[in-house]
Amino acid sequence: MALALRVATAAGTVRCALVSSNTAWTAQVRRYCSQPITVKERIERKRQEALLGGGQSRIDAQHKRGKLTARERISLLLDPGSFVESDMFVEHRCADFGMAADKNKFPGDSVVTGRGRINGRLVYVFSQVYSFMSLSVQKTWVQILLGKSLNFSILSGAHAQKICKVMDQAMMVGAPVIGLNDSGGARIQEGVESLAGYADIFLRNVMASGVVPQISLIMGPCAGGAVYSPALTDFTFMVKDTSYLFITGPDVVKSVTNEDVTQEELGGAKTHTTMSGVAHKAFENDVDALFNLREFFNYLPLSNQDPAPIRECHDLCDRLVPELDTLVPAESTKAYDMVDIVHAVVDEREFFEIMPNYAKNIIIGFARMNGKTVGIVGNQPKVASGCLDINSSVKGARFVRFCDAFNIPLITFVDVPGFLPGTAQEYGGIIRHGAKLLYAFAEATVPKITVITRKAYGGAYDVMSSKHLRGDVNYAWPTAEIAVMGAKVRALTLHGLPAPSKSNDLFLRVPTGFVDDIIQPSSTRARICQDLDVLASKKQASPWKKHANIPL
Amino acid sequence: MAGLCAGALALVAAGRRSRQSPQLFVQSAAVWTLKPALHQSKQRLRFSRSLCSVGYDPNEKTFDKLLIANRGEIACRVIKTCKKMGIKTVAIHSDVDANSVHVKMADEAVCVGPAPTSKSYLNMDAIMEAIKKTRAQAAAEGVTFIGPDTHAIQAMGDKIESKLLAKNAKVNTIPGFDGVVKDADEAVRIAREIGYPVMIKASAGGGGKGMRIAWDDEETRDGFRFSSQEAASSFGDDRLLIEKFIDNPRHVEIQVLCDKKGNALWLNERECSIQRRNQKVVEEAPSTFLDPETRRAMGEQAVALARAVKYSSAGTVEFLVDSRKNFYFLEMNTRLQVEHPVTECITGLDLVQEMIRVAKGYPLRHKQADIPINGWAIECRVYAEDPYKSFGLPSIGKLSQYEEPLHLPGVRVDSGIQPGSDISIYYDPMISKLISYGSNRTEALQRMEAALDNYVIRGVTHNIALLREVINHKRFVEGDINTKFLSDVYPDGFKGHKLTKTEKQQLMAIASSLYVSFQLRAQRFEENSRIPVQKPQMANWDLSIKIGDEIHSVIASNSGSTFCVEVDGLKLNVTSEWNLASPLLSVNIDGTQRIVQCLSREAGGHMSIQFLGTVYKVRVLTELAAELNKFMLEKVAEDTSSVLRSPMPGVVVAVSVKPGDVVSDRPCEERRLSPDCLPSIPEGRNRPSGTLSSPIYTDYHIYTLTIYTGYVFTSAVFSESTLLSARETFCEWNQNEDKSILLC
Repeated sequence: MALALRVATAAGTVRCALVSSNTAWTAQVRRYCSQPITVKERIERKRQEALLGGGQSRIDAQHKRGKLTARERISLLLDPGSFVESDMFVEHRCADFGMAADKNKFPGDSVVTGRGRINGRLVYVFSQVYSFMSLSVQKTWVQILLGKSLNFSILSGAHAQKICKVMDQAMMVGAPVIGLNDSGGARIQEGVESLAGYADIFLRNVMASGVVPQISLIMGPCAGGAVYSPALTDFTFMVKDTSYLFITGPDVVKSVTNEDVTQEELGGAKTHTTMSGVAHKAFENDVDALFNLREFFNYLPLSNQDPAPIRECHDLCDRLVPELDTLVPAESTKAYDMVDIVHAVVDEREFFEIMPNYAKNIIIGFARMNGKTVGIVGNQPKVASGCLDINSSVKGARFVRFCDAFNIPLITFVDVPGFLPGTAQEYGGIIRHGAKLLYAFAEATVPKITVITRKAYGGAYDVMSSKHLRGDVNYAWPTAEIAVMGAKVRALTLHGLPAPSKSNDLFLRVPTGFVDDIIQPSSTRARICQDLDVLASKKQASPWKKHANIPL
Repeated sequence: MAGLCAGALALVAAGRRSRQSPQLFVQSAAVWTLKPALHQSKQRLRFSRSLCSVGYDPNEKTFDKLLIANRGEIACRVIKTCKKMGIKTVAIHSDVDANSVHVKMADEAVCVGPAPTSKSYLNMDAIMEAIKKTRAQAAAEGVTFIGPDTHAIQAMGDKIESKLLAKNAKVNTIPGFDGVVKDADEAVRIAREIGYPVMIKASAGGGGKGMRIAWDDEETRDGFRFSSQEAASSFGDDRLLIEKFIDNPRHVEIQVLCDKKGNALWLNERECSIQRRNQKVVEEAPSTFLDPETRRAMGEQAVALARAVKYSSAGTVEFLVDSRKNFYFLEMNTRLQVEHPVTECITGLDLVQEMIRVAKGYPLRHKQADIPINGWAIECRVYAEDPYKSFGLPSIGKLSQYEEPLHLPGVRVDSGIQPGSDISIYYDPMISKLISYGSNRTEALQRMEAALDNYVIRGVTHNIALLREVINHKRFVEGDINTKFLSDVYPDGFKGHKLTKTEKQQLMAIASSLYVSFQLRAQRFEENSRIPVQKPQMANWDLSIKIGDEIHSVIASNSGSTFCVEVDGLKLNVTSEWNLASPLLSVNIDGTQRIVQCLSREAGGHMSIQFLGTVYKVRVLTELAAELNKFMLEKVAEDTSSVLRSPMPGVVVAVSVKPGDVVSDRPCEERRLSPDCLPSIPEGRNRPSGTLSSPIYTDYHIYTLTIYTGYVFTSAVFSESTLLSARETFCEWNQNEDKSILLC
């Protein structure tokens, strides 16, 4: 905090110091302007007020909850001294309900916006001020929404305007937007103006989608309309125990459906990262979350006009990985951990897994190959044999589309016995949802490399970035089996009929070109790195369309 | 594999000739098995000896093909020598071992059954089948076993018989009584005759199993009661051993090598006093303690004993040596021991090769005078164990990264694993035998220290920290050791290396340099973006390091690959290549060269660094972040009141209470099952009988696990066998109970 203050006020302080130290000069200045000191002092006073957010007592209250203030968060997220704030002096324009009174006005309103650098790379940021506005007039609607809590950042027209401004700039220059959300909902005193504010943000979220990466980090309660902005962004992260996302709070739930549920159960980090799939990952606390966000940001290109970033790499690109030769068990029913394969193949065993606790039968995440960011998709044989179901298809599809939109090559590790059968899945629309993953892989024009480690059965084989869906390079390990179905199931289905012998045989697939090569697992890393070098200049076009129609 | 090694191991070869086809030339088999299985099979296997083969020495033909009935590092060790001698090898393996190193190294491999040793490596029928199968390619005329003959194995397998034999061979034995003791009074009388303290145990029990020490009459009576119970229940053999308890003993053993022509050699001693739970941890040859006279006396007695049982092959005669260099015969091991490499290092002999030669019937090539002591060798047993719990509780897992320090001079690693191998619950958790060799002890110790630092083992918990502490301990370096070394030096258990002030400063300097390296690297992008990267200009990094509960302020600055780190006002220069992908990081701190390993690093500043063998958890944050981190709330610890974790992989062998039973209102506890707590659990299956025992961890045979959930106690008895079934049993049980019980 101290540092942030120092940095932000540096310019002002220098100016003031200059003025006060040189009295003669000051006198001269006075002669020319009527009240120069007062103006400067007023500016400085406003600036100090803005920097203090809602005042020291509110900062302390925020700290007591184990949370940081909006500015502290920015100071940790961005490179030291790189934050350039905009709209520090904006105040809300509401004159109703006594809101016009000076005590209810704060410079900067309830959000800190600006731009800065993360590891030297440009990013636009807005950070909502939770400690802002705790007025009794807020009470009614807030209580309806959240139940108890009264203290949070409330979206006003000015607040929305500030966010829109940074988003517009980000779009224009082509740099990502990070939102640190800690917002309770619309400011009821402003009525429709604050609702309009939401919609303005939503529109920009949609317009920016696929143009610049958008990331939301939920660091406090977010309820009502406020939740849709994070939902529209590419990635939503949460902070454990202190952040919530829900449309309506526990009290409303109680009155409407008579369910007893706590805030944490209804919309806590655990709920959204394990059950609903709304959030992509949760972190321990504010500090941990912000540092992880910095790490995550390094994987992303700045916009759809930029290639995937290439970071300095110390790992040899032709490193052989002997442990892969024995990793896949001989028995096709025995599980193994696909994450082990990913760790062994990628640079320095660094794998930023997305949604690690949701639909665990598929793994997705970012890693680097020879320094360049890649998106990893893999079936996870450890969970439900790695079969595809509704949740895993949707999880995979969204990730594949993100990578495609932002020029991130895709590496797919396949060990899939098929789609999960059953009424629950069929009634849930597995056809529709499974089609999303199929759609996403087929549509993607980024370099696509596929490694079949073991099973590739049935329709799921087609789906998992197969050669037929414009896969660039498709490898099979010697343990691979590509077939319509597993031998056991085939025996059950075709009972009585003579089963076509050896249809799982890998050698039947190689002459067809469905597989480009059978490779020694230990050479996987070297082969992928080579292929990525070649595919870096890949250009592939799809027919003109207004936009595609993914089966939503 | 020590699980198997605990029993007698015999190396067996079968030879046979065929003149039709070169690859059907000769069939042979080597069998490493547990004692009981061997007895019955040996007679069956011992047909005749048709000996012919192409040997290592062209003038000396041994066998063409050898079946090695063992796994892991010892199988690999044998295969290495076979390759050298030009012998084809057949490996046997269980189904989980299909991809293991010994299978890959061997020319042929046969699966002999499922994972448990009793169904695979000790399954003599399956091994016979394997021999037949490989022999099927040629008409076998006979099979030769490599190893001592059955008579010697039997004679030496029995404590009382071996002691009698030793006495007759004029070998020093510990004063004592062995035989059937009528009652407690007789036990007391015998104990008084010998003089306290005395040790009481069942004659048939191996090693230190069931050993009790009595210092007075009362304890003798107790000891008699327990030991006789155990003798009857576990071994079906009433005989007891009461003998003088030797204070401050050292475990020194003599390697002997005998041929079938009555020649016998002693290949000097091995000092194996560093033990935990009667299992050796660090071994060395020669011993710092023996003078040439004692060595010769021990060697001659060992050879006398070997001759007395017409021993042929390599064997080990174990002695206890007291502080006045009196030595007493303990037992004779009729197998190639885990610690044989140290003897090989100082004598230059290949014991496996000699065993194969002897089995073939050749006389020994060496005279006693030819046996040298060249230099010094030390062996550390590297185990997948948690040394912080009872000096080593087994851990399991996959070796995600594994690099042996073979690039160092004077280092030998005998292992049977490779990157990606599984350390499973079925077998001994030994990772490798790490041997260092130098012209003198100091050099050997230095090399061992370097080897331990350069050893990369990831994915399983290992005991490198303990090994490194032992070989660097003042008492060990001075040679002041005995079999109670570990418990004497670490009375409260092993706690890891204690950092001195300087070491701590060095660690912090390394950690902060590493942190800054990672931060700087995170800014180094290839300029391929439209918006140029603007690297933050940081002259100094104000950092805060948390190590344990202490927080230190550190200022780091760098120029090139050198970091100047100011720790607590002291300036240190840290230089390294800073290759962040390498598991080993060689750093120079003000002239001191250190190898450190960064095991993990998180975005939030947490790092695990292996430094001086021990893994330290540190957290490096910038001053600003550290300041803000103070506001973060402590996470509420997981409620573990209804959760019980098994201290090691195990299987539920009995559940002593039904769900819903109210046992008592005692707090949650965990107890080891011993005969005196039997009343609390039903008789029968859960007694510590032979069926449940594991030869590896005598202290941890069986557990009573008591789970307190509200007013209800649930308890189970564990022995270390399979974790999976334990989990299943618990789950099943859990459903009835409707309580959350976790097992890991």
